[in-house]
Order: sequence, then C-alpha cells, then structure tokens
Amino acid sequence: MSIKEYRTASRAHGGLIAVRDTPGVAFGDRVRITDSAGDTRDGQVIRAADEEVLILVFEGIEDLDLEDIWVRFLDEPVEIALSPEILGREFNGLGEPRDGRPPVLSNIRRPVGGSAINPAARTYPREFIQTGVSTIDGLNSLVRGQKLPIFSGSGLPHNRLAAQIVRQAKLKDEDTSFSIVFAAMGVSYADAKFFRDEFANSGVLRNVVMFVNLADDPPVERLTLPRTALTAAEYLAYDLDRHVLVVMTDMTYYAEALREVATAKGDVPARKGYPGYLYSDLAEIYERCGRIHERHGSITMMPVVSMPSDDITHPIPDLTGYITEGQIVLSRELQNQGIYPPVHISPSLSRLMKDGIGKDDTREDHPHVAAQLYALYARALETRNLASIIGADELSERDRRYLKFADDFDKRFVAQDEAEDRSIDATLNLAWDLMSAFPREMLTRLSETELAKYYRAAESE
Amino acid sequence: MPDKHRTGTVRDINGPIVTIDLPGVRSGEQVRIGEIGLVGEVISLSGQQAVVQTYEGTDGVRPGEPAMGLGWPLSVELGPGLMGGIFDGVQRPLSKIALQSGDYIARGLDVPALDRSKQWEFEPSHDLEPGQAVGPGTVLGTVQETEVVVHKVLVPPGIQGELEEVAPAGEYDIESTIAHVRDAKGTSHRLSLYHRWPVRRPRPYHQRDDGVSPLITGQRVIDTFFPQLKGGKGAVPGPFGAGKTVVQQQIARWSNADIVIYVGCGERGNELVDVLESFPKLEDPYSGRKLMERTLLVANTSNMPVVAREASVYVGLTMAEYYRDMGYDVVMLADSTSRWAEALREVSGRLGQMPVEEGYPAYLSSRLAAVYERAGRVETHGAGSGSVTLIGAVSPPGGDFSEPVTSHTKDIIETFWALSKELADARHYPSIDWVTSFSGHVHTAAEWWHEEVDRRWEQRRTEALALLARDAELSRIVNLVGPEALSDAQRWQLEGAALIKEGVLQQSALDDVDTFCSPDKQFALLDLALSIYDKGMALIEIGVPVSELADMPQLAKARRCKSMYNSDQVAEIRTFAQEVEQAFEGIRLEYAKQSVD
Ligand SMILES: Nc1ncnc2c1ncn2[C@@H]1O[C@H](COP(=O)(O)OP(=O)(O)OP(=O)(O)O)[C@@H](O)[C@H]1O
Ligand SMILES: [Mg+2]
Repeated sequence: MSIKEYRTASRAHGGLIAVRDTPGVAFGDRVRITDSAGDTRDGQVIRAADEEVLILVFEGIEDLDLEDIWVRFLDEPVEIALSPEILGREFNGLGEPRDGRPPVLSNIRRPVGGSAINPAARTYPREFIQTGVSTIDGLNSLVRGQKLPIFSGSGLPHNRLAAQIVRQAKLKDEDTSFSIVFAAMGVSYADAKFFRDEFANSGVLRNVVMFVNLADDPPVERLTLPRTALTAAEYLAYDLDRHVLVVMTDMTYYAEALREVATAKGDVPARKGYPGYLYSDLAEIYERCGRIHERHGSITMMPVVSMPSDDITHPIPDLTGYITEGQIVLSRELQNQGIYPPVHISPSLSRLMKDGIGKDDTREDHPHVAAQLYALYARALETRNLASIIGADELSERDRRYLKFADDFDKRFVAQDEAEDRSIDATLNLAWDLMSAFPREMLTRLSETELAKYYRAAESE
Repeated sequence: MPDKHRTGTVRDINGPIVTIDLPGVRSGEQVRIGEIGLVGEVISLSGQQAVVQTYEGTDGVRPGEPAMGLGWPLSVELGPGLMGGIFDGVQRPLSKIALQSGDYIARGLDVPALDRSKQWEFEPSHDLEPGQAVGPGTVLGTVQETEVVVHKVLVPPGIQGELEEVAPAGEYDIESTIAHVRDAKGTSHRLSLYHRWPVRRPRPYHQRDDGVSPLITGQRVIDTFFPQLKGGKGAVPGPFGAGKTVVQQQIARWSNADIVIYVGCGERGNELVDVLESFPKLEDPYSGRKLMERTLLVANTSNMPVVAREASVYVGLTMAEYYRDMGYDVVMLADSTSRWAEALREVSGRLGQMPVEEGYPAYLSSRLAAVYERAGRVETHGAGSGSVTLIGAVSPPGGDFSEPVTSHTKDIIETFWALSKELADARHYPSIDWVTSFSGHVHTAAEWWHEEVDRRWEQRRTEALALLARDAELSRIVNLVGPEALSDAQRWQLEGAALIKEGVLQQSALDDVDTFCSPDKQFALLDLALSIYDKGMALIEIGVPVSELADMPQLAKARRCKSMYNSDQVAEIRTFAQEVEQAFEGIRLEYAKQSVD
C-alpha cells in the first residue's frame, strides 16, 4: 500500500475530483480521501493522464473542501478476503463485515473485478434444477449454471418467490443443497430482514453469505457489491466445489446507481439517461455465472429486476433480457386475481431448458407437454380477450373450452401454495389433467405415443 | 514487417482509449500498450500523439509506461488451420489461450492464430510449371484442411510475376516455403501456406456478379417465403428472446454453404459453447460430414472488451472473403450487429465526438453499409465464382425497429426477417413475421425453385401469403363483432390460414425431424395445406357446413406431417395429400346425394 499522500486536488465537479501532479498513478486504482476531521471516502481513478488524474468519489463530493483533503492512491484493486468462514456472514459492498463480527482473516484475497471466462473453457449447462414451482419447472426450467432473472414490479411478490426457490431448489435425484450468495442492492431494511429471517427459519443460514447495501447506504457502493458477491460465489464454486445459487436484488437499483455515476462523469447517454455501456456493464456481472470444464462447482444466478412502471421495454429489464438466458415475468393482473406466484408464462422463457429436460433428465413427455401447454394457453388468452369484447356467451363451443382452460390453468397450474414443493412428475401430471379437457386431435404438439401413455380424456368432463 | 519496433510513452488512459507519444506511428497501426503489452490500434493522430483504442482492459496501466508500434495494421492470418477453431475478436485462438491462461482470459497474451507446428499435406497443382506467369488467385496447390474442406493455396493479392518454383508434394508447416515468385522488378517473393491481410481492407476480386441461386437453409419461412440468395445480405431484427440466435444457428447448421463463419459479437458465452459442443456431433445433410469441419467461430462475448467487438466483425469478414477467394460459398452470421454498433458508440463517446441519434456517431450508417457491402457473389481472381452471404442479427432496444441501427440496416439489406414478440410469446417459432418481413430475391429464387422443385412455387407462395393477409383482416373483424358474424367461407379461410401457420410456417429447431426441411418437403407441405384449403373451399361453395370440415381428423394430421415425415419421405406426404383428397371427395359425393334426396 502506498503511503504517499497528495494535497493537490484542483477541482471537483459531478462526483469527481481532479488531482494534479501525481506521476505514475494507474488507471482503475483505488483511492482513499481523508479530510481534516479524519473522515475518509473511497474512490477510483477513472482517467489517468500525466498532468492530472480524475477520481470518482464513491460517497460523493458534497462538503468536500479541496484545500483540506489528503488523497492517497492505494495501488491495489478492490479485493475481498475469502475463506470457508464467509458462510453465515454478512458484508457490505466492499466485503467489510456488517454483522458486528470481526473481518474474515485469510491469505486468499481476490480482486472483485473478475475477468472474462474464456468461452472455450465453458461447458454447456444441462442439469435440471427442480424448484418445485410448476410454471418454472414445467415450462421455463432452470438448469445449473443458468442466469434466469425474475422480472417484477413494485408490490409484486418477487422476494417471496425468490425465497421459495432458495428453499426448494434441488437437483432431481440428489440431495446436495445449494450454497447461497445473497446480494442486496438498495433494498429496504424490511426486504433485507425478510431474507435474513427466511434463511434463519429454513435453517440454511449456515450456507448463506449475504452482501447488503440498503436503500440509505451510499449508492456508489452498489456498483461494487454484485462484483464482490460474485467473487465470493466463484470462490465457493471453484475453490470449494460447491453449487452456488446467487440471488441478486434489485438490479434496477444497481443500474440507477450506475446512471448516477455516469451522469456525474458526463458520459453520453443512450436511452432514458442510462449510459451506452449499461449493456456491457450488466454483462460483466451476469456472464460470471455458468459451468466450467472440469470444475465441480457451478454458479446459477437469479437476479431480481423490478420493471419501472411495469414496462418490460425499459432499458434495465430490456438489456437484462438481452444478456440472461431467459426471464420469469411476474404479472400484476394475476396478482390482482390473488394468484401466487403470479408468473405470466407468455413473456417468460428459459433458453437453457432444451438440454436440461426430457427422457434422461425429467420425463420423456416434458418437451412436448411444455410446447402444447404454451400453444393452448396462447390461444386461450386470445379467446379470453375476445370474450371480454363480445361476451362469453357469443363464443363457440370450442372457444368456451379454451376459456375454461385459461381459468383452470391459472388457478391450478400457475397458482400454488408458498409452501408447496411440487415434484416435476406432479407438475407434468397436472399438465396432462388440464390438457385432457381437449379432444386428442387438438393436441397436435404431442406425439401419438405420449398421448397413448398419458392422455386421460372424458373422465375429467 | 519492420525489424525494429519503435517505442514511445503512454500519456493518458481513459478506459479503452489511450493517448500515446510515438513519433512516426501511422493511423491504423497496431500498438502494444504498457508493461503488460495490451494490444490496440491507432484511430487518430495529432502531431506526435496518437489516440489508440485497446482491445483489452486498461486497468493498472500508468502514464509513463512504454508503448510500441508494431508496424502493421490489424491483420489476420489466413491459411490452413482456421476451420473448426474458435478465435477472439482479434483472431487469437481461444482454445490455446485456455491452455495458457486457464479458465479466464488473461491480458497481454500474444498467441498466433495458426498453429506453427502442425504439418499439412500439400499437393501442388499439376498444371504449374516454373517460368509460368502467375498472379493473385493462382492456385498453387491444395491442402486437405478438414475432411470436407479442400484448402486452396493461392498466390496472395498483390503478388504477380513468374513462378520460380513450387514445392513438391509433401508435409509442410505453415511457415515453410512452398513457392517463389519473381515480380517484374526482379524481386523474388517467398510464399508459404499462409499470409496476413489487414482486416479493414476488403480483399480484391476480379468482378462482382449477381446472385443466382438461393441459399437453402432448410427453414420453411425463410426458403419458401423470404428467400436469401448466396452472396446476399440479410438482417434478423427482433427483441430479446424472439429467436435471432436460433435463426442464425439454424442457418449455420443446415444451410447449403461450403463454409460457415459464426461471429458471436457481444452475445452470450453459452451460445458459442452450444455450437462448439453440438456441431462436432451433427451431420451436414448434404455431405454427411460433421458440421464443425466447415465451421469457424469468432467470439467476443458480451463480457469481453468492447473495442475488440468492433474488430470482430471485420476479422470474421476477412476470413470469409479468404474462403470466398477459393471459390467457396461462405455464410457469415454476425450476432449481433447492434453490439458492434454499440462498440462504435462507446469509442466515439470517449473521443468526445458529436452524437447524432441515441448517442451514435454520424458515421454509423456509412460504416454499417460498408460492412454489408463486403458480402456478395464475385468472380474470383483464379478460383471461379465464390460468395459471401452476410446475415446480421439486430437487437433493437425495447424491440423498437425505428431505432438507428435497425432503421439504417433496413435500408442496406435485401432480406429482412423481422421477428415478432407476439409470435414468440405465443411460441410460434421461428417468430418471423410474414407481414413486416421481406425479401428482394423472390423472383431470382423462383427460377431455381421452378427448375429444381416445382413450377407452381411462386404461385403457391403468393396464394399462401394472400390467405395469411386475409386471415389478418378477418381476425380484426372477429375481434370487433365475434366469430358469429363470419360466413362459412370466411371461417374456412381462418382454418386454412391456421393450417399454413401451424403446418408450414412453424418449425421447431428442437424437433429432431423438422429441424431441417428439404426444398421438396417444403413445397410438399405448402401444397398440402393449400390444396386442403382449396378443396375445402370448393365444398363450402356447394353448401357443406364448415363445422363438418374443421373437425376432420386429417386436418390434425396435416399439422403434424412436418414432424412425422422427414425430408426423404416426401412421397408419404403426397400419398397423404391424396388420402385427404379422397376424403373430401367422399364428403362431396355424400353431400351431392343428400341434396338430391
Ligand atoms: N425455431 C425455433 N424453434 C424452437 N424454439 C425456438 C426457435 N426460435 C426460438 N426458439 C426459442 O426461443 C428462445 C430464444 O431464442 P434466441 O436465443 O434465438 O433469441 P434471441 O432473439 O437471439 O434473443 P437475444 O437477443 O436475447 O439473444 C430459444 O432459447 C428457444 O427456446
Ligand atoms: Mg441471441
């Protein structure tokens, strides 16, 4: 650590300070700024030139007296100390304890920035994770190493769903549980407490590392927090061979913090004031998950993204969707009908489902059942729409069947109790129950063999 | 290559943009930055100072560190050993890098694209004699690069003269001499199995030709409805999750190209792994050989440095042109050109250039046009005709097609496969929207289809599109006043359109049988759907109620035919079509009898 301190801060503007005559300062260096009262702020070099360096001050530059500060270049990146002891602990975005206990002592220290995984070192994720939630397991299956966000909105039960998944997630025929890395950015005290209690009550706390930055903590710390959390996840996965599930909430606050900093730096905005590099920045975070050749552990990621004004085209969910391997979308409409979890399957998607389901992984009929349910539901929603315009009485016999299917599907397949852990078999059987309300000939996505084995018509009528 | 690299000093580091002092450096020149030797490219000059865009992260670099000019522009190595490989955005071999630096990509690595130690079996051309005049494109000999790709060793562009000698058949590594050519000035040029070419300069050819035959992709909505020609340029725009990557991967798998170059430009790592893991197991439906033997990947994933993303498209194109010059039909897929454009935006923003639309620089459209202009079918210098087909995915923010990248691309390309969120949400795949998509190649493609498949192709295609348009109109009516308002004939039109959608347009990439559909099968399915519609309509005209037709089990089977019969079983589809015809005829006779009674 360098001991040299500079008193040459020359100007301050928009979250940045400039310091003159600091030869040889490295781009990206960490900076500590101390004022006359002895208070410190952290920062980072975001431009390094001969004559002058620009420093982004994480805590902001309010009340900073340039005449009266010492700037120290730490000559090291943001690092975190790692050991198995991190499990059961709670840290802030810089990896400092938040739980009143002493810092983790370890000679394993890793920079939180990470570097890009070589695509040639990855293996394709294909192990089915049973979450016990029908809309996910049956229609948008999650696999080990996938990044699958929950798109939500204010007041929707994304936290409860995330907690349910954390409680229930397991490999189909395996008992090994996941280690959980929980990253909270800009959330309320109540939300953080909800998760803390959840983990404690379900007895998994010994297997959880929490990284927390609350709504009233410095926003800039949100920028390092997911990186710190993922560095811990990588340690658990690749040093300790664990399967790690990373829950990150809420990526929207992360992106807003990024916008704040970008605006301060004067970066050219792309959409809604977010900088053009928001995509790459988010990708640096999301792409840290996956499966790597010859490594036993894995990192699976479930970020929560709240959609501002429920708008899925808003830059944050939009860019997230362009990076992640699908999304689980919650709907206010279903929520208003009292359906939990209010998963709207139409815009939901799992791109990695195809290699994780079927004969050897779940059940041979699974791929076609999913395709058929989607086709029926799409048509059923059209019919519901039509019925709302012209009235259900005007519908044909066939259309009324679809209408009933839509209702049954929402009430029986989508809805389930928060404590209900449905096996994939139960989910698929339920699907067949619902599909059997249609005559066989209409189920064109299913093969004759599957129909012969599972179709059980008439008795349901 | 200069024997002495010039060195200078780093002055200013602003993310990927680094200013250096380096007298005599040229615009476009490659430089190495800092102690760790990051690779970069000079993008502008002012006096002694040069502005460099680096292809790697600049964390830790300090003013005062050295900078070194390498003397050549960003170039790629062209020679045997490219096929089956995976390279980063500046053509570093990622599998080798994994051996060197492990699971994560280290910075400052210097690994050549082509394997120096591998021996290749070189077979000289029989008709070559010392003393003979040779020039760019003269085939000096061949190397069997993979089981399907015969690599023609050509005299590189710029070299013209008298052949002094050519190496005899035998094993050579890529650096061994395989020929000497003496130019008009008397200088002798040593040629080996590979050469370098600057990626930003299109490779020369003899002359441009028009496209003549369609690129068969095995995807019905593409081949039958919105065909692409070999040598054409196309775009696949669509919101996230609509199916752009699947369309591109399907083309990489099943198209009748000789060479496929897949550029993953700012997209997901797992998508490249999917190709890397699945292609070596899949067989090309034409040659029966493993697909990986004709495929090459360029990977700059979304988490890799942004500036290299800009380069990756040119790196891919240059390799595509190189194989084109051997007389091959090459398809290059770029997923996604929006991420490429964002890299331009990123650099231009750092340089403080004036943004015009959504932060993009004014030169976005001309750069895009120049990229697509490198596609085309050409008469090569010495190997007959070859082509580069370029298909770019476009990822519009919020799925809004009026944004700059989509709208400029639309003006440039000839084939536009617009993906729709509504179709994707309803799991109608490929979600190519038949209303907003277009192809400027229908008439040219028709000549091929009429010759090779069926003379009624263009007419049938038009009928199907008309029926789909009618369906859209009728659906609007239904949504206003309900289905009861429709006549039986109109309802049958809805049934007919539904049959086209499900039985022809929808095609699951995940269905083992239907993932590829030969042109014969494509036409058989289209013809089946339309003849069911035509025959049914004739019955309705004589008074048969639509309900009697709509519930016929044959209709369900017609929707399933695509997955029941593979491309070798077109005869079965035709037989089934006859069965349907008989069933209709039965109804007709029945009905005629009733009305007499
Ligand atoms: N032809 C198809 N057959 C079957 N499934 C498909 C097809 N096309 C798309 N899909 C489904 O849609 C998913 C998303 O497709 P894809 O990854 O190609 O989207 P994209 O447009 O490339 O999205 P992004 O812009 O986020 O990369 C696939 O994982 C697959 O489940
Ligand atoms: Mg894609």
